Amino acid sequence: MTYFPEEVVEHIFSFLPAQRDRNAVSLVCKVWYEVERLSRRHVFVGNCYAVRPDRVVLRFPNVRALSVKGKPHFADFNLVPPDWGGYAGPWIEAAARGCVGLEELRMKRMVVSDESLELLAKSFPRFRALILVSCEGFSTDGLAAIASHCKLLRELDLQENEVDDRGPRWLSCFPDSCTSLASLNFACIKGEVNAGALERLVARSPNLRSLRLNRSVSVDTLSKILMRTPNLEDLGTGNLTEDFQTESYQRLTVALEKCKMLKSLSGFWDASPLCVPCIYPVCAQLTGLNLSYAPTLESSDLTKMISHCVKLQRLWVLDCIADKGLQVVASTCKDLQELRVFPSEFYIAGYSPVTEEGLVAISAGCPKLSSLLYFCHQMTNAALITIAKNCPNFTRFRLCILEPGKPDAMTNQPLDEGFGAIVRECEGLRRLSISGLLTDKVFMHIGRHAKQLEMLSIAFAGDSDAGMMHVMEGCKNLRKLEIRDSPFGDAALLGNVAKYETMRSLWMSSCTVTEKGCQVLASKMPMLNVEVINEVDESSEMDESHGGLPKVHKLYVYRTIAGPRDDAPDFVKIL
Amino acid sequence: MSVETERSSTESSAASGLDFEDTALTLRLPGSSDPDRKRASTSDPDCPSPTAAAADSPPSPKAQVVGWPPVRAFRKNALAASASSARTKFVKVAVDGAPYLRKVDLAAFAGYTTTSSAAAYDQLLAALQDKFISHFTVRRLGNEEMKLVDAVSGTEYVPTYEDKDGDWMLVGDVPWRMFVETCQRIRLMKSSEAVNLAPRAAR
Repeated sequence: MTYFPEEVVEHIFSFLPAQRDRNAVSLVCKVWYEVERLSRRHVFVGNCYAVRPDRVVLRFPNVRALSVKGKPHFADFNLVPPDWGGYAGPWIEAAARGCVGLEELRMKRMVVSDESLELLAKSFPRFRALILVSCEGFSTDGLAAIASHCKLLRELDLQENEVDDRGPRWLSCFPDSCTSLASLNFACIKGEVNAGALERLVARSPNLRSLRLNRSVSVDTLSKILMRTPNLEDLGTGNLTEDFQTESYQRLTVALEKCKMLKSLSGFWDASPLCVPCIYPVCAQLTGLNLSYAPTLESSDLTKMISHCVKLQRLWVLDCIADKGLQVVASTCKDLQELRVFPSEFYIAGYSPVTEEGLVAISAGCPKLSSLLYFCHQMTNAALITIAKNCPNFTRFRLCILEPGKPDAMTNQPLDEGFGAIVRECEGLRRLSISGLLTDKVFMHIGRHAKQLEMLSIAFAGDSDAGMMHVMEGCKNLRKLEIRDSPFGDAALLGNVAKYETMRSLWMSSCTVTEKGCQVLASKMPMLNVEVINEVDESSEMDESHGGLPKVHKLYVYRTIAGPRDDAPDFVKIL
Repeated sequence: MSVETERSSTESSAASGLDFEDTALTLRLPGSSDPDRKRASTSDPDCPSPTAAAADSPPSPKAQVVGWPPVRAFRKNALAASASSARTKFVKVAVDGAPYLRKVDLAAFAGYTTTSSAAAYDQLLAALQDKFISHFTVRRLGNEEMKLVDAVSGTEYVPTYEDKDGDWMLVGDVPWRMFVETCQRIRLMKSSEAVNLAPRAAR
């Protein structure tokens, strides 16, 4: 192969889109390394602190699509203090210096400033797509800059970001000459947008396929927009709460009926039950439906809608749907692949209308189910065993029993056997979140059977260090391990230090790890950053020493070739 | 462990704040007890209301664990926003013949009544039934008038309300949201006295 001209080698590599494969071929020889790096179009950086931005840009100057992730996953649940890090600035600045051909930027859990967005908007003449997920630090002024300067913008996708709303001006910043928009999602913008500007923007965007509006957009505006977008495939509605004005809703129904290509529906902010019938015309063609922001829809409203959705593959709902609603899903949605049931109330010891029965019904009716996120107040081993047998195709299984440490609702036993069945039957399982009362036994099962597992989330589980050690020994493909409030200490942390270099990261909070243990880890493994995060407010609570040694509140360990980061705040100590 | 998962007693629920329902006077028949309420009529969804638990142990404030349940802040805020956007709208409720007035929060209900089998306690008339006489039944007549009947005494009550113009109207005529907007107070009027109210246009 090395006797081929470089153009031929490059052409062969173009058939290897997967980053893992490209990483592999680049190790073969220097020639291949050079060919590969200059022809790499997509770069994915799973941890922004694993490598310096300059180094990425230097190696891959011709990258077109860059994807970077910042804070650890538990930051979603306020476990990572603000100002911890994850700044987008250095990445955008480095790209602006070294790869001006950049077309796409994807960022998740990062802190993005308006200045960075402005730099982004002005630095890349071919920029086409900006996707920000769970980010913060910017305002609608930054979006205005993107709208104003990115002449070829095709995609602006803002998913669940914390955006400072400085008024509706930003939407009007798209110039009249901008006709390339294919995807626009501003559902997370809190304030008003100018309806006229929105309608005009849609009118001059013939390629628009995906549009997700925010709460402020009225039913009337939505109807007018939909009349212009018969080719829309994905829609996020505005608010559907207005007093029942028959004409408005009839217009909406007529407009929706025209959207023959519509496959995916979301939004439903505070949707009134009276608006539900408007959606019926499109239900039969939907493959995706997100009703998880409509707490005002009761089980009967939801089931009326879902009973028409025979092609549904992805469903996100609130637990208001209740077990009987899930039974309707099970009997209607035979193609269901992904289900997420979110809690409508957050009380720990409470009552939720979904139980293990709903999930068992789903597993019986939807054999293609492969991805699950389920919040409930009770579960049983028997149910989990049945579910595992019914659905061996799970790749993602996340069960959250709202009360920490709650046992099997019928037998009062730990749920070890139930989750054991899941990992035994579901050989392709890549992601797992466990909850309820769990002993070290469950980790024995996981270590023994979950051979494809890449991400494991543990909370309030286990008895001793042995638990974590089972996982570290057995799960050969583990990349991310996140643990909170479990009795794992230094012995577990140090039981298999070499493994951390094969993983992206480890998070441990409110465990029994001490600073000494962390020091030992840091000194044994120079290629890891061992971050000890101690917050001042909680120190009084956590002062109970463990054998005389100060306990570590939060620990974040990740492999890196960048060395200790220089933007860490005071409360982060990098050992 | 820094996490408290203890089951709290009613003592700590009392410590967390006076439970209005526990201290309120009721006009029940002797021996009748509070129905089990699955959801408290409070506009603050993040406050662990003592009446929310169907189990024997209402959550104490300490049972709020940091970062638990694992739900993104965006989602929590969005659901809280939709709850608070309804505000609270407490109005006085008087029942003819009863010496005490009660208050209901209209914003906590989804409608007048519901035909679904979802928690009937979400609905206004069921709540009125609950607060006043333990043996009310709700009778929906052919022309959709709603009447509350005290099964013990046989007295029929007609729910009426005073609107923003000061007029006394029949509950149920206008759409629910308009009713919540305009209602100033509610009076359960004895049927015999309600004959002077204009009857609804016959269909």
